[in-house]
Amino acid sequence: MTGTDAAASVRELAARLVDAETKRTPIAALTTTCGPFGVGTAYEVQDAVVAARVQDGAVVAGAKLGLTSAAKQRQMHVDQPLYGWLTDHMALDVGQPLDCGRLIQPRCEPEIAFLMSRDLAGPQVTAAHVLAATAALYPAIDVLDSRFAGYSFTLPDVVADNASAAGFLLGGQATEPGGVDLRLTGLVLEKNGELVGTAAGAAVLGHPAAAVAWLVRALAGRGRGLAAGQVVIAGALTEAVPVAPGDTIVAHFDRLGTVELACRD
Amino acid sequence: MSLTDAEVSKLAADLHQARQAGIAIPPLTARHPGMTMADGYRVQQELVAALTAGGERVVGYKLGLTSTPMQQLLGVDSPDFAPVLSSHLNPDGAAVSAASFIAPRVEAEIALVLREDLRGPDCTALDVAAAVTGAVAALEIVDSRIADWKIKLADTIADLASSGAVVLGPALTPAAGLDLRVLGMVLTCNGNLIATGAGAAALGNPLQAVAWLVQTLHPLGEDLRAGQFIMTGALHAAVDITAGQNYRAEFDRLGAVGLRVR
Repeated sequence: MTGTDAAASVRELAARLVDAETKRTPIAALTTTCGPFGVGTAYEVQDAVVAARVQDGAVVAGAKLGLTSAAKQRQMHVDQPLYGWLTDHMALDVGQPLDCGRLIQPRCEPEIAFLMSRDLAGPQVTAAHVLAATAALYPAIDVLDSRFAGYSFTLPDVVADNASAAGFLLGGQATEPGGVDLRLTGLVLEKNGELVGTAAGAAVLGHPAAAVAWLVRALAGRGRGLAAGQVVIAGALTEAVPVAPGDTIVAHFDRLGTVELACRD
Repeated sequence: MSLTDAEVSKLAADLHQARQAGIAIPPLTARHPGMTMADGYRVQQELVAALTAGGERVVGYKLGLTSTPMQQLLGVDSPDFAPVLSSHLNPDGAAVSAASFIAPRVEAEIALVLREDLRGPDCTALDVAAAVTGAVAALEIVDSRIADWKIKLADTIADLASSGAVVLGPALTPAAGLDLRVLGMVLTCNGNLIATGAGAAALGNPLQAVAWLVQTLHPLGEDLRAGQFIMTGALHAAVDITAGQNYRAEFDRLGAVGLRVR
């Protein structure tokens, strides 16, 4: 395949994903319908998907991580997480319900969010650097909406699909990172008042700040980084929970507070 | 149809023998398909009586089946309990022998220590909060004298709620001001993460789990005493243990507890 064809192919794959999202119509995994492609190509498709949204007026607001638990990685036969980009159009505010009507098959995950106080880039960044560059921590809910029917995909597919990103909500309480051991920070997840999961921060790559550090190092490989003011949601502490209109998801974090999301049509 | 006294005694004797020999027996409910939860507790009481007659003391209680997934696995909608006996207690960092168990698994739990007695049919989580002096990081080794863990509710109740050993951490953290529901826990094996959880995994709240125990003990004419401790239930799915491994549970605010398996 020539370079021109490859570029066209990336554009074509991105167009399919943008179209699926816009029309709210799930598609089959790209690796099954368009032939196999690697993770490197997948991130190019992701860039094109995000660029299409920016062209429509969205602004990149931060990043998200996926496959941050050992169990998820085993399930997908991979040994590293993945990332995607958040835009301001995906941001929900405290008290604002999630409009399920604009989504295909929404799921929610409880996560810890980092608000960056300064730019952070480089191939040697560790969790300590991340914490030093963090203005505040927030309890967060990541809203996923795979553009692939039934969340049936391989790693390159979900990377191309911008890590299934669809929405994110930060709770109303900001906590300074000093003095909080995020590894041990407990989480209780409830759906409609019923307990659906508990966990501690270590479920995210051993430490949520280590997950953000992985992201920064991965970005460095592509000459990129995080910017002051951007938000990173660091990966799910529990399994994703499917949601429908009428559902309420509440994530209670020790030390960080509570975040609540109501779902409507 | 409930068991006769003779049947109860036979089952208690069989479990006693299985514990001493370290050899599993078939499910009691296979021999007695009609065996009820109440029958299970009758067998348990007779077994505890035999063990205490042999020198054991009741030092606390343990709760089992405190999570929805475990209850669903056994098709029940309530937890169960058993006394913890003095010989089951181990200090932090203890080396336990895998060979002394049949099919051991480890669970990380919050243990609560009482400074006041608790009794009554209407005991609430608030009553428990007022009677608790503090919380301790704990590990439990669960084991089943029933072959291959093929247990039904009555089997595990009779078998002292599948108890094996208890390891209590070194520090008692005052309970006042602790929100046990959101208290996080990280379990590692030789430094590798194997599970995380938070207190709410134990019946929604460890205090609620103890209130359930007090309410359930009441009709049996039993109560909890100052100085006793309660293992409030696993915060994650139990993990099979193997010899040569180091298990460590670290709790936010409570500190850590560990054990070695020989």
